[in-house]
Amino acid sequence: MSALDVEGLTRRYGERDALSGVSLTLKQGQTLVVFGPNGAGKSTLLRVLATLLRPHSGAVRVLGRSLPEEAWAVRGHIGLLGHEPLLYRELSARENLRFHARLHGVAAERIEQGLESVAMSNRADEPLRTLSRGMVQRVAIARAVLHDPELLLLDEPYANLDPAAVGLVRGLIGADSGRTRVICSHDPGGGLAEADVVLGLRAGRQALLGPAADIDSQKIAGLYA
Amino acid sequence: MSTPVPQTRPAPAAQQQADTAAPPAQTGTLSTVAAILRKELLIELRTLESVPGMSLFALTTFVVFHFALNRNNVDGDLAAGILWVTLLFAAMLGINRLFVADADQGGFDGFLLAPVDRSAMLLAKALALLAYLVVLEVVAVPAFALLLLGPPIGPALPGLVGVLALGDLGVAAIGTLVAAMAVRTRARDLLGPLLALPLLVPIVIGGVRASEPLLVLGHTGTPGARWLLLLGLYDLVFGLIAYALFDFLLED
Repeated sequence: MSALDVEGLTRRYGERDALSGVSLTLKQGQTLVVFGPNGAGKSTLLRVLATLLRPHSGAVRVLGRSLPEEAWAVRGHIGLLGHEPLLYRELSARENLRFHARLHGVAAERIEQGLESVAMSNRADEPLRTLSRGMVQRVAIARAVLHDPELLLLDEPYANLDPAAVGLVRGLIGADSGRTRVICSHDPGGGLAEADVVLGLRAGRQALLGPAADIDSQKIAGLYA
Repeated sequence: MSTPVPQTRPAPAAQQQADTAAPPAQTGTLSTVAAILRKELLIELRTLESVPGMSLFALTTFVVFHFALNRNNVDGDLAAGILWVTLLFAAMLGINRLFVADADQGGFDGFLLAPVDRSAMLLAKALALLAYLVVLEVVAVPAFALLLLGPPIGPALPGLVGVLALGDLGVAAIGTLVAAMAVRTRARDLLGPLLALPLLVPIVIGGVRASEPLLVLGHTGTPGARWLLLLGLYDLVFGLIAYALFDFLLED
């Protein structure tokens, strides 16, 4: 089964095409890594796949469901880690996770498990605004996987994390997690190592698509030239 | 000690065989309302961004009226007008901030990604606004009685509480709807009051007319039934409109 089937996806902001004619397929359990300079449309693609933005034309199927018509059926199966952590700054890590656990109908034990898995148990009761960006990112990762999603949409997931923290969260959002993943990255080496399929975007258009084995760092660097 | 989250997620066989993702079990609406309301009140308790500002605004306005009118006491329609207009503008401060944390900190996205009934957010936010209005009135009405009102407030209080409660329901429904519309725009601080004030005028008219007999010297009157009916109907109509529109406001 394909986890993602995208055909001719276009999404505009006003008159500007943020995405134009993007097509791709991704099988379950595979990882798609999306490269492209700032403003290329990577975050827009993630938001369309997350059901937060409607496609303006083209066909988009996520986990076998057509968007936007069946968006309701895939919500709850998606874990999104964007530029914003989707956490409230005045609440503690534990309170934030409790809030999201209640929205997703997740058992309370998962909150403590989540905090432990990102090594945040000892700072779990401090307001998020008092934590470092790396710590907030760790809590955001715990939030994104709290409901055990099938599909992970990750926008530069290792940003702000130190090497120890990267090692810590790889089990949750890395290849070993067994989840289908879409990752936006600016790191050709690290991104290629994680990818099964590579998509390159430039000014909203698909400039590169293929199996990771067929694509080298030079081609990715060309996207930024 | 709790067990860490499994680091490898085994894909269930049934899931691998399925052609489509099964719709997730929807979280109960009341449980979602409770979660959002709890979050709202916690954030307000921590930041004190809305209620203290609303209360302080009302107190300051009464002081300004006290000196501007150069009168020690007012009653009847003038008293009712001052009270309701002050409460209306104080409420606008809370309405303007109602969705700011959600818009600025990604709360909308977090909510939209969950398998929940969207109207739970409307209900929770309206209840939060209602709670803010009640606290505002607990502060503002005694201050109004002290600074401006001629007749003693005691005999009027039961009736006034009823009229204020009806008005608050309408302000909460309209305020939540308008705040959700305005918050995603660049000019949200301007657009909120511009949209809300015309819609809230009938509530002020109904509130003033219904309160006026309660605030006359000698307190001989009772709230006018037709004005109470108007307030009740207006609450109902805008409650339904807010319920019908709210989903669309959250969508892209």
